[in-house]
This record gives sequence, structure tokens and C-alpha cells, in this order.
Amino acid sequence: MSLHAFCEWLAQTPLSLMIQNVSWIIPAVQSIHILCIAIVISAVFMVDLRLLGVLGRDQPTAAYTSRFLTWIWPTLVVLLLTGSILITGEPARSLENPAFQTKMVLLILAMVTTAVLQRPTLKDPAFWELSTGRRISAGALAVLSLALWVGIVFAGRWIAYMNTAGE
Amino acid sequence: MDPQSLLQWLYDTPVGTAIRENGTLFPWIESVHVLAITLVVGSISIVDLRLLGIASKGRAVSRLTAEVLPFTWVAFVVAATTGGLLFSSNAVKYAHNTFFLAKMALLVVAFANMMVFHVITSRGIERWDTSPHTPPAARRAGGGSLLLWMAVIVVGRWIGFTMSAF
Repeated sequence: MSLHAFCEWLAQTPLSLMIQNVSWIIPAVQSIHILCIAIVISAVFMVDLRLLGVLGRDQPTAAYTSRFLTWIWPTLVVLLLTGSILITGEPARSLENPAFQTKMVLLILAMVTTAVLQRPTLKDPAFWELSTGRRISAGALAVLSLALWVGIVFAGRWIAYMNTAGE
Repeated sequence: MDPQSLLQWLYDTPVGTAIRENGTLFPWIESVHVLAITLVVGSISIVDLRLLGIASKGRAVSRLTAEVLPFTWVAFVVAATTGGLLFSSNAVKYAHNTFFLAKMALLVVAFANMMVFHVITSRGIERWDTSPHTPPAARRAGGGSLLLWMAVIVVGRWIGFTMSAF
């Protein structure tokens, strides 16, 4: 089944038709989606800005990774759920959209970057502070992570403007 | 100058016209606007959750606000500037949009809530600064702020669904 055929099939399912016909569902789900993005992006900023030494230098980076990185994964689950509802309501407008596809690639990269940052701190909270090399690596990962999450927000907003489905 | 002609003047400015007529300016500015708003709301929530005694309990309230709120303000200035630019592209219509007006009213209430906290509630902050248990007035300020900013995002999203295309 091609992507296009899948979109056409999905758009005819009862769930999709309901989302299409009840006008408040899409803006309501989008509102929840944006609120969750606010949580994720602010948590990411707090951790990354600490890793870059921009804020909270009186506290170890471990205080930041343990306080804020933990918010990201459960919030991502809500983002995937609300995102799936939006896709179900408008399959072609999202799945066949270059902005959406870009967003998904950036999302995977951002999740990998976050996991790479977080994993060693679960065993040893001070991991990124133990040597100059690690501090520099953490800073580089922080810059990459910031760029990816900002890119995700931009790509997400552009979905509305790069609609190739011709709806 | 009456409000109507002021809105029309804004609509006719080169900036407003450019954003309205150029196909990509609006989404670019809107993307920055959304990014800035998520940072405003997310960073304020960090302080709100501390005031509610839910998160960051090991960090003094004054320390946390000194560290987070400067970023909130930078993000707010960016959000207000980009918001103003988007507004100028269709000033008359936005000014008559119920959700836009609700968003502005919510911002005023959120600002008042913040001023009450900074001017009155935080006066005796030394007594509870480092305690995870904050006084009722501080909890009310945190809870109120959280709800108000969530509402700002919700009505903001609804503006886009109630403004027909240019």
C-alpha cells in the first residue's frame, strides 16, 4: 500500500471522519500539543543552557539533568498521542507533507541526542563534569539538541503552510 | 485618531503590507512567535510549580526566579514583537476577533497576578524562600499563573481557526 493510499484509507475511517466533522477537536488537540511542546522545549533549554554554563553555575549539571530531563519522556508520550489524533484527522495534510516529514526526522535525531545526554547520567549523575573532554562533548550535544528542538517547532508550524495534499 | 483608523493605518504600513502579501514572511514570524510563547509558558511553569510546592523544591524560590525569569522576559519580548508584526498584517480583523481579545485580556490578568506576587506576596519571602511549603498566597499566584498561561495558548491557537484567510 502506498503512503497516499494509506492516507486515503485512514481518512475514511470512522475515527478520522469524527475528527474531521467535530470542529473543536483539532484546535483543542493542537492546544494540548503546544502545551506539551512548551514543557519539553523549556526542559531542554534548562538542561542545555546549564550544560553550556549560561545559567545555574552554582549547582552541578547533575541537578539539572535529574530535575528537567525526566519531564521529557512522559511529555513526549502525550505529544505522540495528540500528534496521532491530528494525523488521523488529516492524514494526507500531515504524512505527505515535507514539513511534517522533516519534523519527524528532526524528532528522531532530538530523541537520540537526548538519550545520549541522559543515559550516562542515570548511572553517574556527575558524568558530564568528570573531564574537560566530557564538558566539551556535553556542550556540543547541548547546542545540537537546542538546534533540533527549535527546528521541530519551526517544522511543526510550517506543516500548515506546506500542505501539498491540495485539500 | 480613532481606533478604527489607527488599525487601518497599521494595516497599510509597509511592514503590515509586506507580511500580508509575502507568502513566507507570515509563517516564519509565526514560527518564532510559537517558539517564544512555548518558552514563556514553559519557563514560567517552572516557577509556578515551585510556588505550588510541586517541583524544584530543593531550590530557593528567589534563586529559581532570578535564574529563570530573565529568559522568560527575553522570550516574552520576542513573542510580543512577533505578535505585533502578525497583528499588523491584518489589524482590523484581529482587533475584532473574540479569541484575540480574550488572549489580550488573559495577558493583562496574568501580568496583574505577577505584579501582586512581586509587590505584595514576595515581601516576606525570607520566611519561606528555601522551604518546599509556600504560603497560600504564593500557591494561589503559582496556580493562577499556570492556568492563565495555559489559557493564553488555548485561545491563541483558536485565533488561527477563527480568522479566515486573507
